[in-house]
Amino acid sequence: MIQFDKVVKRFGDVTVLRELDFHVKPAERVTLIGPSGSGKTTILRLLMTLERVTSGTIEVDGQCLSHMKRGDRTVPADEKHLRQVRKKIGMVFQQFNLFPNMNVLRNITEAPVRALGVPREQAEEKARELLEMVELSDKALAHPSQLSGGQQQRVAIARALAMEPEVLLLDEVTSALDPELVSGVQSLLRDIARSSNLTLLCVTHEMNFARDISHRVLMFDQGQIVEDGPPEQIFNEPEQQRTRDFLQAVLDA
Amino acid sequence: MMTVNPCSGDLPGVFGETMPFLCQGALVTLQSAAGGAALAIVIALIVGLMASSPLRTVRGVARVYMEFFRGTSVLVQLFWLFYAMPILTGYQLDKVFAGVLALGLNLGAYGSEVVRGALQAVPPSQREAAIALNFTPLQRMRYVILPQAFAEMVPPMNNLLIELLKATSLLSVITVADLAYEGRLLVNSGSDQLVVFALMLVIYFLFSYTITLVMRFVEKRAARMVGRGKPRRATAAAEAAR
Repeated sequence: MIQFDKVVKRFGDVTVLRELDFHVKPAERVTLIGPSGSGKTTILRLLMTLERVTSGTIEVDGQCLSHMKRGDRTVPADEKHLRQVRKKIGMVFQQFNLFPNMNVLRNITEAPVRALGVPREQAEEKARELLEMVELSDKALAHPSQLSGGQQQRVAIARALAMEPEVLLLDEVTSALDPELVSGVQSLLRDIARSSNLTLLCVTHEMNFARDISHRVLMFDQGQIVEDGPPEQIFNEPEQQRTRDFLQAVLDA
Repeated sequence: MMTVNPCSGDLPGVFGETMPFLCQGALVTLQSAAGGAALAIVIALIVGLMASSPLRTVRGVARVYMEFFRGTSVLVQLFWLFYAMPILTGYQLDKVFAGVLALGLNLGAYGSEVVRGALQAVPPSQREAAIALNFTPLQRMRYVILPQAFAEMVPPMNNLLIELLKATSLLSVITVADLAYEGRLLVNSGSDQLVVFALMLVIYFLFSYTITLVMRFVEKRAARMVGRGKPRRATAAAEAAR
Protein backbone atom coordinates (compact mmCIF):
# COMPACT_ATOMS: atom_id res chain seq x y z
CA MET A 1 0.00 0.00 0.00
CA ILE A 2 2.77 2.38 0.97
CA GLN A 3 6.25 2.04 -0.42
CA PHE A 4 9.23 4.24 0.50
CA ASP A 5 12.23 3.79 -1.76
CA LYS A 6 15.54 5.45 -0.82
CA VAL A 7 13.69 8.50 0.43
CA VAL A 8 15.86 11.42 1.42
CA LYS A 9 14.45 14.57 2.96
CA ARG A 10 16.60 17.55 3.76
CA PHE A 11 15.59 20.89 5.23
CA GLY A 12 18.46 23.16 4.27
CA ASP A 13 21.55 21.55 5.74
CA VAL A 14 19.63 19.25 8.03
CA THR A 15 19.03 15.76 6.75
CA VAL A 16 15.85 14.44 8.30
CA LEU A 17 15.48 11.19 6.39
CA ARG A 18 18.44 9.23 5.02
CA GLU A 19 17.73 6.82 2.18
CA LEU A 20 14.72 5.43 3.93
CA ASP A 21 13.17 2.20 2.66
CA PHE A 22 10.07 0.63 4.08
CA HIS A 23 6.68 -0.58 3.02
CA VAL A 24 3.29 -1.01 4.59
CA LYS A 25 0.83 -3.61 3.40
CA PRO A 26 -2.87 -2.87 2.84
CA ALA A 27 -4.85 -2.88 6.11
CA GLU A 28 -1.63 -3.06 8.07
CA ARG A 29 -1.34 -0.88 11.16
CA VAL A 30 2.14 0.48 11.71
CA THR A 31 3.35 2.68 14.52
CA LEU A 32 6.44 4.85 14.29
CA ILE A 33 8.26 5.46 17.54
CA GLY A 34 11.52 7.18 18.30
CA PRO A 35 12.99 10.33 19.79
CA SER A 36 11.81 13.78 18.73
CA GLY A 37 13.45 14.96 15.55
CA SER A 38 14.01 11.45 14.26
CA GLY A 39 11.84 12.15 11.21
CA LYS A 40 8.64 10.34 12.14
CA THR A 41 6.30 13.23 11.55
CA THR A 42 8.15 14.11 8.34
CA ILE A 43 7.19 10.70 6.99
CA LEU A 44 3.51 11.44 7.55
CA ARG A 45 3.86 14.93 6.08
CA LEU A 46 5.56 13.52 2.98
CA LEU A 47 2.74 11.03 2.56
CA MET A 48 0.14 13.78 2.92
CA THR A 49 2.09 15.79 0.28
CA LEU A 50 2.61 18.61 2.74
CA GLU A 51 6.33 18.23 2.02
CA ARG A 52 8.23 17.09 -1.07
CA VAL A 53 10.96 14.47 -1.04
CA THR A 54 14.49 15.65 -1.72
CA SER A 55 15.20 12.41 -3.56
CA GLY A 56 13.83 8.89 -3.76
CA THR A 57 10.24 7.87 -4.36
CA ILE A 58 7.12 7.23 -2.36
CA GLU A 59 4.32 5.15 -3.81
CA VAL A 60 0.82 4.84 -2.45
CA ASP A 61 -1.25 2.03 -3.90
CA GLY A 62 1.15 1.84 -6.84
CA GLN A 63 0.96 5.56 -7.59
CA CYS A 64 3.99 7.75 -7.20
CA LEU A 65 3.40 10.75 -4.92
CA SER A 66 6.02 13.12 -6.21
CA HIS A 67 6.16 12.38 -9.92
CA MET A 68 3.88 11.36 -12.73
CA LYS A 69 4.27 9.98 -16.21
CA ARG A 70 3.70 12.27 -19.11
CA GLY A 71 4.15 10.29 -22.26
CA ASP A 72 7.21 8.27 -21.42
CA ARG A 73 8.88 10.98 -19.37
CA THR A 74 8.66 11.33 -15.63
CA VAL A 75 7.82 14.85 -14.53
CA PRO A 76 7.09 16.39 -11.13
CA ALA A 77 3.50 15.83 -10.06
CA ASP A 78 1.04 18.62 -10.77
CA GLU A 79 -1.88 19.59 -8.54
CA LYS A 80 -4.28 17.33 -10.41
CA HIS A 81 -2.07 14.30 -9.89
CA LEU A 82 -1.56 15.18 -6.23
CA ARG A 83 -5.30 15.43 -5.69
CA GLN A 84 -5.73 12.05 -7.25
CA VAL A 85 -3.25 10.44 -4.85
CA ARG A 86 -4.45 12.38 -1.83
CA LYS A 87 -7.92 10.96 -2.29
CA LYS A 88 -6.68 7.74 -0.71
CA ILE A 89 -5.04 9.41 2.28
CA GLY A 90 -6.48 11.07 5.35
CA MET A 91 -4.65 12.70 8.21
CA VAL A 92 -5.39 13.63 11.82
CA PHE A 93 -3.16 16.33 13.29
CA GLN A 94 -1.67 16.86 16.70
CA GLN A 95 -3.39 20.24 17.01
CA PHE A 96 -6.70 19.03 15.47
CA ASN A 97 -6.71 21.94 12.96
CA LEU A 98 -10.48 22.19 12.80
CA PHE A 99 -11.71 25.10 10.69
CA PRO A 100 -12.81 27.86 13.08
CA ASN A 101 -15.03 29.46 10.45
CA MET A 102 -17.35 26.44 10.34
CA ASN A 103 -19.43 24.59 12.88
CA VAL A 104 -18.78 20.94 13.64
CA LEU A 105 -21.12 19.58 10.98
CA ARG A 106 -19.65 21.84 8.31
CA ASN A 107 -16.14 20.88 9.30
CA ILE A 108 -17.06 17.30 8.46
CA THR A 109 -19.21 17.88 5.37
CA GLU A 110 -17.34 20.70 3.63
CA ALA A 111 -14.57 18.60 2.10
CA PRO A 112 -16.80 15.75 0.83
CA VAL A 113 -19.16 18.33 -0.68
CA ARG A 114 -16.51 20.61 -2.20
CA ALA A 115 -13.66 18.28 -3.00
CA LEU A 116 -15.55 15.08 -3.83
CA GLY A 117 -18.82 16.55 -5.04
CA VAL A 118 -21.00 14.52 -2.67
CA PRO A 119 -24.52 16.02 -2.45
CA ARG A 120 -24.81 18.02 0.78
CA GLU A 121 -27.71 15.99 2.17
CA GLN A 122 -25.83 12.78 1.70
CA ALA A 123 -22.70 14.27 3.27
CA GLU A 124 -24.69 15.44 6.27
CA GLU A 125 -26.27 12.07 6.76
CA LYS A 126 -22.84 10.48 6.72
CA ALA A 127 -21.48 13.18 9.04
CA ARG A 128 -24.23 12.50 11.56
CA GLU A 129 -23.39 8.81 11.50
CA LEU A 130 -19.74 9.64 12.11
CA LEU A 131 -20.65 12.03 14.91
CA GLU A 132 -22.64 9.26 16.51
CA MET A 133 -19.64 6.98 16.26
CA VAL A 134 -17.39 9.55 17.97
CA GLU A 135 -20.19 10.19 20.50
CA LEU A 136 -20.71 13.83 19.66
CA SER A 137 -24.15 13.75 18.06
CA ASP A 138 -25.34 16.61 20.24
CA LYS A 139 -22.47 18.86 19.09
CA ALA A 140 -23.25 18.95 15.38
CA LEU A 141 -24.12 22.65 15.44
CA ALA A 142 -21.56 23.64 18.05
CA HIS A 143 -18.58 25.74 17.17
CA PRO A 144 -15.14 24.08 17.47
CA SER A 145 -14.09 26.63 20.11
CA GLN A 146 -16.94 25.40 22.32
CA LEU A 147 -15.49 21.89 22.45
CA SER A 148 -12.81 20.40 24.67
CA GLY A 149 -9.55 19.25 23.11
CA GLY A 150 -10.67 15.64 23.19
CA GLN A 151 -13.96 16.49 21.52
CA GLN A 152 -12.18 18.56 18.89
CA GLN A 153 -9.87 15.68 18.11
CA ARG A 154 -12.82 13.31 17.79
CA VAL A 155 -14.41 15.72 15.32
CA ALA A 156 -11.10 15.84 13.43
CA ILE A 157 -11.12 12.04 13.25
CA ALA A 158 -14.69 12.06 11.95
CA ARG A 159 -13.70 14.74 9.44
CA ALA A 160 -10.84 12.63 8.12
CA LEU A 161 -13.01 9.51 7.90
CA ALA A 162 -15.75 11.38 6.03
CA MET A 163 -13.40 11.42 3.03
CA GLU A 164 -13.31 7.61 3.13
CA PRO A 165 -9.54 7.30 2.91
CA GLU A 166 -7.76 3.99 2.48
CA VAL A 167 -4.78 5.17 4.49
CA LEU A 168 -5.13 7.13 7.70
CA LEU A 169 -2.19 9.04 9.13
CA LEU A 170 -2.24 9.84 12.84
CA ASP A 171 0.29 12.46 13.89
CA GLU A 172 0.69 12.39 17.68
CA VAL A 173 -3.05 12.74 17.95
CA THR A 174 -3.17 12.69 21.74
CA SER A 175 -0.06 14.78 22.48
CA ALA A 176 -1.95 18.05 22.76
CA LEU A 177 -4.70 16.66 24.99
CA ASP A 178 -5.17 16.94 28.72
CA PRO A 179 -4.24 13.61 30.33
CA GLU A 180 -7.82 12.70 31.25
CA LEU A 181 -8.97 13.12 27.64
CA VAL A 182 -6.32 10.87 26.12
CA SER A 183 -7.94 7.52 26.79
CA GLY A 184 -11.25 8.50 25.16
CA VAL A 185 -9.55 9.37 21.88
CA GLN A 186 -7.35 6.29 22.05
CA SER A 187 -10.19 3.86 22.60
CA LEU A 188 -12.09 5.49 19.74
CA LEU A 189 -9.11 4.94 17.45
CA ARG A 190 -8.76 1.37 18.68
CA ASP A 191 -12.39 0.69 17.77
CA ILE A 192 -11.97 2.28 14.37
CA ALA A 193 -8.80 0.30 13.73
CA ARG A 194 -10.39 -3.01 14.65
CA SER A 195 -13.68 -2.48 12.81
CA SER A 196 -12.26 -1.28 9.51
CA ASN A 197 -9.57 -2.30 7.11
CA LEU A 198 -7.88 1.07 7.06
CA THR A 199 -4.17 1.11 6.54
CA LEU A 200 -2.94 2.98 9.58
CA LEU A 201 0.30 4.85 10.00
CA CYS A 202 0.65 6.28 13.43
CA VAL A 203 3.24 8.46 15.16
CA THR A 204 2.91 8.39 18.93
CA HIS A 205 4.72 8.68 22.22
CA GLU A 206 2.11 6.55 23.98
CA MET A 207 3.72 3.13 24.08
CA ASN A 208 0.67 1.32 25.42
CA PHE A 209 -1.40 2.70 22.59
CA ALA A 210 1.28 1.65 20.10
CA ARG A 211 1.30 -1.86 21.55
CA ASP A 212 -2.49 -2.07 21.40
CA ILE A 213 -3.15 -0.79 17.98
CA SER A 214 -0.32 -1.92 15.74
CA HIS A 215 0.69 -4.97 13.81
CA ARG A 216 4.17 -3.58 13.46
CA VAL A 217 6.31 -1.05 15.24
CA LEU A 218 9.16 0.84 13.58
CA MET A 219 11.81 2.32 15.81
CA PHE A 220 13.34 5.46 14.29
CA ASP A 221 16.50 7.28 15.03
CA GLN A 222 18.28 9.97 13.02
CA GLY A 223 16.14 9.49 9.96
CA GLN A 224 16.56 5.76 9.71
CA ILE A 225 14.78 2.67 10.89
CA VAL A 226 16.71 1.13 13.74
CA GLU A 227 14.40 -1.76 14.42
CA ASP A 228 11.29 -3.19 12.80
CA GLY A 229 9.09 -5.84 14.37
CA PRO A 230 5.80 -6.81 15.96
CA PRO A 231 4.95 -4.81 19.10
CA GLU A 232 5.53 -7.74 21.47
CA GLN A 233 9.06 -8.13 20.24
CA ILE A 234 9.92 -4.41 20.15
CA PHE A 235 8.53 -3.69 23.59
CA ASN A 236 9.43 -6.93 25.37
CA GLU A 237 12.72 -7.96 23.84
CA PRO A 238 14.18 -5.19 21.71
CA GLU A 239 17.28 -6.28 19.85
CA GLN A 240 18.94 -2.93 19.43
CA GLN A 241 20.61 -1.01 22.22
CA ARG A 242 19.15 2.23 20.76
CA THR A 243 15.62 0.87 21.13
CA ARG A 244 16.29 -0.29 24.67
CA ASP A 245 17.62 3.15 25.63
CA PHE A 246 14.67 4.90 24.06
CA LEU A 247 12.07 2.70 25.70
CA GLN A 248 13.85 3.04 29.02
CA ALA A 249 13.78 6.84 28.71
CA VAL A 250 10.11 6.90 27.70
CA LEU A 251 8.99 4.56 30.46
CA ASP A 252 10.95 6.47 33.08
CA ALA A 253 9.31 9.73 32.12
CA MET B 1 -42.44 66.02 16.77
CA MET B 2 -41.29 68.45 14.16
CA THR B 3 -38.49 67.24 11.99
CA VAL B 4 -36.04 69.74 10.68
CA ASN B 5 -34.37 69.22 7.36
CA PRO B 6 -30.76 70.17 8.05
CA CYS B 7 -30.23 70.95 4.39
CA SER B 8 -33.13 73.37 4.13
CA GLY B 9 -32.57 76.93 3.03
CA ASP B 10 -35.30 78.01 5.48
CA LEU B 11 -33.02 77.46 8.47
CA PRO B 12 -32.38 80.65 10.44
CA GLY B 13 -29.53 83.01 9.63
CA VAL B 14 -26.16 81.72 8.52
CA PHE B 15 -27.37 78.08 8.56
CA GLY B 16 -30.04 78.69 5.98
CA GLU B 17 -27.48 80.48 3.91
CA THR B 18 -24.78 77.80 4.02
CA MET B 19 -26.32 74.39 4.73
CA PRO B 20 -27.92 73.83 1.29
CA PHE B 21 -24.50 74.23 -0.33
CA LEU B 22 -22.66 72.20 2.28
CA CYS B 23 -25.20 69.41 1.89
CA GLN B 24 -24.70 69.36 -1.85
CA GLY B 25 -20.98 69.16 -1.27
CA ALA B 26 -21.40 66.48 1.38
CA LEU B 27 -23.35 64.37 -1.08
CA VAL B 28 -20.54 64.59 -3.63
CA THR B 29 -18.03 63.74 -0.88
CA LEU B 30 -20.10 60.75 0.06
CA GLN B 31 -20.42 59.60 -3.53
CA SER B 32 -16.72 59.85 -4.25
CA ALA B 33 -15.89 58.15 -0.95
CA ALA B 34 -18.30 55.30 -1.74
CA GLY B 35 -16.95 54.93 -5.27
CA GLY B 36 -13.35 55.10 -4.07
CA ALA B 37 -14.04 52.59 -1.29
CA ALA B 38 -15.70 50.11 -3.64
CA LEU B 39 -12.77 50.34 -6.05
CA ALA B 40 -10.19 50.22 -3.25
CA ILE B 41 -11.72 47.09 -1.73
CA VAL B 42 -11.86 45.28 -5.06
CA ILE B 43 -8.26 46.24 -5.82
CA ALA B 44 -7.14 45.34 -2.29
CA LEU B 45 -8.62 41.85 -2.60
CA ILE B 46 -7.21 41.16 -6.04
CA VAL B 47 -3.74 42.60 -5.42
CA GLY B 48 -3.62 41.19 -1.88
CA LEU B 49 -4.34 37.72 -3.25
CA MET B 50 -1.75 38.24 -5.96
CA ALA B 51 0.80 39.25 -3.34
CA SER B 52 0.16 35.91 -1.61
CA SER B 53 0.55 33.89 -4.81
CA PRO B 54 3.09 31.08 -4.96
CA LEU B 55 4.17 32.40 -8.37
CA ARG B 56 7.01 34.86 -8.11
CA THR B 57 6.05 36.94 -11.16
CA VAL B 58 2.50 37.42 -9.89
CA ARG B 59 3.85 38.47 -6.50
CA GLY B 60 6.27 40.80 -8.26
CA VAL B 61 3.51 42.56 -10.21
CA ALA B 62 1.52 43.03 -7.00
CA ARG B 63 4.57 44.34 -5.18
CA VAL B 64 5.33 46.92 -7.88
CA TYR B 65 1.74 48.11 -7.85
CA MET B 66 1.64 48.40 -4.07
CA GLU B 67 4.95 50.22 -3.76
CA PHE B 68 4.19 52.59 -6.61
CA PHE B 69 0.77 53.71 -5.46
CA ARG B 70 1.67 53.87 -1.79
CA GLY B 71 4.82 55.76 -2.53
CA THR B 72 3.30 58.60 -4.56
CA SER B 73 0.81 61.11 -3.26
CA VAL B 74 -2.89 60.95 -4.10
CA LEU B 75 -2.73 64.55 -5.22
CA VAL B 76 0.00 63.87 -7.77
CA GLN B 77 -1.84 60.77 -8.99
CA LEU B 78 -4.90 62.94 -9.36
CA PHE B 79 -2.96 65.49 -11.43
CA TRP B 80 -1.71 62.72 -13.66
CA LEU B 81 -5.13 61.19 -14.20
CA PHE B 82 -6.88 64.48 -14.74
CA TYR B 83 -4.34 66.79 -16.36
CA ALA B 84 -1.50 64.67 -17.74
CA MET B 85 -3.57 61.79 -19.16
CA PRO B 86 -5.37 63.94 -21.75
CA ILE B 87 -2.02 65.28 -22.97
CA LEU B 88 -0.58 61.79 -23.29
CA THR B 89 -3.62 59.90 -24.55
CA GLY B 90 -5.96 62.59 -25.77
CA TYR B 91 -8.66 61.22 -23.51
CA GLN B 92 -10.17 63.47 -20.85
CA LEU B 93 -11.61 61.74 -17.80
CA ASP B 94 -14.62 63.09 -16.00
CA LYS B 95 -13.31 64.82 -12.88
CA VAL B 96 -15.33 62.83 -10.34
CA PHE B 97 -14.36 59.65 -12.13
CA ALA B 98 -10.69 60.66 -12.12
CA GLY B 99 -11.01 61.37 -8.41
CA VAL B 100 -12.63 58.04 -7.61
CA LEU B 101 -9.97 56.30 -9.69
CA ALA B 102 -7.09 58.03 -7.89
CA LEU B 103 -8.58 57.32 -4.46
CA GLY B 104 -9.32 53.70 -5.32
CA LEU B 105 -5.86 53.07 -6.77
CA ASN B 106 -4.08 54.70 -3.86
CA LEU B 107 -6.09 53.30 -0.95
CA GLY B 108 -6.35 49.99 -2.82
CA ALA B 109 -2.56 49.75 -2.57
CA TYR B 110 -2.69 50.19 1.19
CA GLY B 111 -5.60 47.77 1.35
CA SER B 112 -3.65 45.11 -0.56
CA GLU B 113 -1.07 45.17 2.19
CA VAL B 114 -3.86 44.67 4.74
CA VAL B 115 -5.28 41.73 2.78
CA ARG B 116 -1.84 40.18 2.30
CA GLY B 117 -1.07 40.52 6.01
CA ALA B 118 -4.40 39.03 7.03
CA LEU B 119 -3.94 36.07 4.69
CA GLN B 120 -0.51 35.50 6.15
CA ALA B 121 -1.91 35.64 9.68
CA VAL B 122 -4.00 32.52 9.09
CA PRO B 123 -1.98 29.67 10.63
CA PRO B 124 -0.26 27.44 8.02
CA SER B 125 -1.81 24.45 9.78
CA GLN B 126 -5.20 25.53 8.43
CA ARG B 127 -3.87 25.33 4.90
CA GLU B 128 -2.36 21.95 5.65
CA ALA B 129 -5.63 20.64 7.02
CA ALA B 130 -7.32 21.85 3.84
CA ILE B 131 -4.71 20.06 1.71
CA ALA B 132 -5.20 16.88 3.74
CA LEU B 133 -8.93 17.12 2.98
CA ASN B 134 -8.11 17.39 -0.70
CA PHE B 135 -9.55 20.84 -1.37
CA THR B 136 -8.31 22.44 -4.59
CA PRO B 137 -6.03 25.47 -4.12
CA LEU B 138 -8.95 27.73 -5.03
CA GLN B 139 -11.29 26.02 -2.57
CA ARG B 140 -8.67 26.29 0.17
CA MET B 141 -8.60 30.03 -0.35
CA ARG B 142 -12.34 30.43 -0.77
CA TYR B 143 -13.66 28.25 2.05
CA VAL B 144 -10.84 28.07 4.58
CA ILE B 145 -8.26 30.85 4.35
CA LEU B 146 -10.24 33.90 3.20
CA PRO B 147 -13.10 33.61 5.71
CA GLN B 148 -10.56 33.43 8.52
CA ALA B 149 -8.45 36.24 7.12
CA PHE B 150 -11.53 38.41 6.70
CA ALA B 151 -11.91 38.86 10.45
CA GLU B 152 -8.32 40.14 10.56
CA MET B 153 -8.91 42.61 7.76
CA VAL B 154 -11.81 44.54 9.19
CA PRO B 155 -10.14 46.78 11.82
CA PRO B 156 -7.32 48.05 9.58
CA MET B 157 -9.83 48.46 6.73
CA ASN B 158 -11.83 50.74 9.00
CA ASN B 159 -8.77 52.98 9.27
CA LEU B 160 -8.28 52.98 5.53
CA LEU B 161 -11.90 53.85 4.80
CA ILE B 162 -11.68 56.83 7.13
CA GLU B 163 -8.44 57.87 5.44
CA LEU B 164 -10.22 57.57 2.13
CA LEU B 165 -13.14 59.67 3.28
CA LYS B 166 -10.82 62.44 4.35
CA ALA B 167 -8.73 62.18 1.21
CA THR B 168 -11.82 63.00 -0.87
CA SER B 169 -11.21 66.63 0.07
CA LEU B 170 -8.24 66.54 -2.33
CA LEU B 171 -10.74 66.23 -5.16
CA SER B 172 -11.65 69.88 -4.62
CA VAL B 173 -8.27 70.72 -6.15
CA ILE B 174 -9.46 69.51 -9.54
CA THR B 175 -12.71 71.46 -8.92
CA VAL B 176 -14.92 68.55 -7.90
CA ALA B 177 -17.69 70.30 -5.96
CA ASP B 178 -17.30 68.29 -2.76
CA LEU B 179 -17.73 69.43 0.83
CA ALA B 180 -14.31 71.07 1.02
CA TYR B 181 -14.88 72.85 -2.29
CA GLU B 182 -18.34 74.16 -1.34
CA GLY B 183 -16.96 75.31 2.00
CA ARG B 184 -14.18 77.32 0.43
CA LEU B 185 -16.64 78.78 -2.03
CA LEU B 186 -18.98 79.91 0.74
CA VAL B 187 -16.13 81.51 2.65
CA ASN B 188 -14.87 83.25 -0.46
CA SER B 189 -18.31 84.62 -1.13
CA GLY B 190 -18.53 86.14 2.34
CA SER B 191 -20.11 83.59 4.68
CA ASP B 192 -18.88 83.48 8.25
CA GLN B 193 -15.62 81.53 8.13
CA LEU B 194 -15.84 80.13 11.64
CA VAL B 195 -19.34 78.77 11.15
CA VAL B 196 -18.59 77.22 7.78
CA PHE B 197 -15.37 75.58 8.90
CA ALA B 198 -17.05 74.32 12.06
CA LEU B 199 -19.91 72.82 10.06
CA MET B 200 -17.41 71.13 7.75
CA LEU B 201 -15.65 69.59 10.73
CA VAL B 202 -18.90 68.26 12.10
CA ILE B 203 -20.01 66.79 8.78
CA TYR B 204 -16.68 65.03 8.12
CA PHE B 205 -16.69 63.71 11.65
CA LEU B 206 -20.25 62.37 11.41
CA PHE B 207 -19.38 60.55 8.20
CA SER B 208 -16.23 58.98 9.58
CA TYR B 209 -17.95 58.00 12.80
CA THR B 210 -20.68 56.31 10.78
CA ILE B 211 -17.98 54.31 8.98
CA THR B 212 -16.53 53.26 12.33
CA LEU B 213 -19.92 52.14 13.63
CA VAL B 214 -20.63 50.10 10.53
CA MET B 215 -17.16 48.52 10.59
CA ARG B 216 -17.47 47.65 14.27
CA PHE B 217 -20.66 45.82 13.49
CA VAL B 218 -18.96 43.99 10.63
CA GLU B 219 -16.00 43.22 12.89
CA LYS B 220 -18.23 41.64 15.53
CA ARG B 221 -20.02 39.55 12.95
CA ALA B 222 -16.73 38.45 11.43
CA ALA B 223 -15.24 37.58 14.81
CA ARG B 224 -18.26 35.48 15.63
CA MET B 225 -17.99 33.69 12.30
CA VAL B 226 -14.51 32.44 13.20
CA GLY B 227 -15.52 31.62 16.76
CA ARG B 228 -13.94 34.55 18.51
CA GLY B 229 -16.31 36.60 20.58
CA LYS B 230 -19.58 35.24 21.85
CA PRO B 231 -21.62 33.05 19.55
CA ARG B 232 -25.27 33.93 19.71
CA ARG B 233 -28.06 31.37 19.73
CA ALA B 234 -29.62 33.13 16.79
CA THR B 235 -26.52 32.70 14.62
CA ALA B 236 -26.20 29.04 15.51
CA ALA B 237 -29.77 28.58 14.35
CA ALA B 238 -29.13 30.59 11.20
CA GLU B 239 -26.12 28.40 10.46
CA ALA B 240 -28.21 25.30 10.86
CA ALA B 241 -30.86 26.62 8.53
CA ARG B 242 -28.41 27.22 5.73
